[in-house]
Amino acid sequence: MSRTDWEVVIGLEVHSQLNTASKIFSGASTAFGAEPNAQASAVDIALPGVLPVLNRGAVERAVRFGLAIGATVAPKSVFARKNYFYPDLPKGYQISQFELPVVQGGAITIRVGEGDKAYEKTVQLTRAHLEEDAGKSLHEDFHGMSGIDLNRAGTPLLEIVSEPDMRSSAEAVAYARALHALVRWIDICDGNMQEGSFRCDANVSVRPRGQEKFGTRREIKNLNSFRFLQQAIDYEVQWQIERLEDGGTIQQATVLFDPDSGETRMMRSKEDAHDYRYFPDPDLLPLVISEEWIARVRSELPELPEAMKARFVADFGLSAYDATTLTASKEVAAYFQATVDAAGKANAKLCANWVMGELAARLNKAELDIAASPVTPAQLAGMVSRIADNTISNAIAKKVFEALWNGEGGGSADAADQIIDQQGLKQVTDSGAIEGLIDEVLAANPKSVEEFRSGKEKAFNALVGQVMKASKGKANPGQVNELLRRKLQA
Amino acid sequence: MSLSNEQVGHVARLARIALTEAETEATRRKLDGIFGLIEQMQAVDTTGVEPMSHPQELATRLREDAVIETDRRAAFQAIAPQTEAGLYLVPKVIE
Repeated sequence: MSRTDWEVVIGLEVHSQLNTASKIFSGASTAFGAEPNAQASAVDIALPGVLPVLNRGAVERAVRFGLAIGATVAPKSVFARKNYFYPDLPKGYQISQFELPVVQGGAITIRVGEGDKAYEKTVQLTRAHLEEDAGKSLHEDFHGMSGIDLNRAGTPLLEIVSEPDMRSSAEAVAYARALHALVRWIDICDGNMQEGSFRCDANVSVRPRGQEKFGTRREIKNLNSFRFLQQAIDYEVQWQIERLEDGGTIQQATVLFDPDSGETRMMRSKEDAHDYRYFPDPDLLPLVISEEWIARVRSELPELPEAMKARFVADFGLSAYDATTLTASKEVAAYFQATVDAAGKANAKLCANWVMGELAARLNKAELDIAASPVTPAQLAGMVSRIADNTISNAIAKKVFEALWNGEGGGSADAADQIIDQQGLKQVTDSGAIEGLIDEVLAANPKSVEEFRSGKEKAFNALVGQVMKASKGKANPGQVNELLRRKLQA
Repeated sequence: MSLSNEQVGHVARLARIALTEAETEATRRKLDGIFGLIEQMQAVDTTGVEPMSHPQELATRLREDAVIETDRRAAFQAIAPQTEAGLYLVPKVIE
């Protein structure tokens, strides 16, 4: 049997919780973790006669997102009722947007893979619309009943819908990560996935490569980590391909991912799919967003990751890879920028190496966010400057960094200088002193000298090592190399 | 256009309304009447006319993003049929 070459097609819908203080249609708090139903107002629990009043802060965040992805911010958009019955939806409908969403179009550039295999890709967005979240159902045993907490009901969401542009789980995860970084970058969502502030639904289908028509898709609901997103898509793709290769067909369905088994299972088929019967909500007039408002939001936008990346490449001479890594989150970018500001543009590459290397590794090991780094950008810049002016070597810098990490050096911006002075770590660049060390080493290692003279280059490196050791790592390695070779060839 | 009783049954189910056979038949006749009106309206040429989402030519008012509600759970739950640990209890639903 000839194997078909299958192409994977993925589109994502992301529910991003907007970080407003109050709910989208009521003045109740959105704070996480309150007593059940303590933040559910009359509007949120849908008492008769209440009316929704739209939160300006929620709209402004949607506008900010639209501008950040180069989308059209609709001058006029409409709220609609999405009708379904579920106990955590007290009105019997969710207020959402259907035909006229607030954000239309736009695109996000993603970087997929690592090293030589890395590539860039642009994912088109279909739309982003404002809607309210539902409450929570607790199915633990309450005498055979379910418990309902409506604190989350009415929390503002921006549902961000992509085109079916992704062709692998890796691309889907790269897109989700880029989106996650962006909503935090422009400060519209806290991005806390454990608390459900950023939830992904993945529409997955497969088709024989070359076929234009999309295959039948299944939608995986409510993935709240990038790892689950990847696992769920990989499992689903495999499941669909196996089924098709066994001569079966795919039925449109909604499925859930079970993290314990790593499998997706059907939640409902197309036959009992919801029929939402959308219609414009008569309680809400159209949302009108003026040119002036859009212009003001635009003027308040921070420098966006794409622009910053380009600037890092153009102004600092960083590689595209370094620039991408350093703009992966707002916090990392801010840390790096502050380090370069203090160390000078000429040392930007050195700053990048330390932020992405030693610092990232230490933060990772200590499970710390860069914002909580014990080494401040000013301190790191102070150390980088000493590497740049040859006061310390890279090897000694690791010692200095370790001391900075442990809070030595007094904690001020010149902590690195204090450490270098106190611990006598200054690089030895006095040729006389280095030559003295070399003479000692040559006298103590006649065998290595012999080997080198008989053509063994390895012996040379061993001698360099000995000299460095004798200097306690403080000799300038370049100088040691040069002086040693001169002496041996004399 | 004419609806079937099955279609009426489907719409009733979606709206969680229980209809007897006689009611289904009566409802179907009423709905057919409404669809007759819609058919008449659809005959009008609306090319170039912006769809109307609200009869008033107004924009929605916006409120500032501020928390102005206080916890009124005790008052709200006093009229709920059943509550426990601050939760409203409902017949078990698992999807």
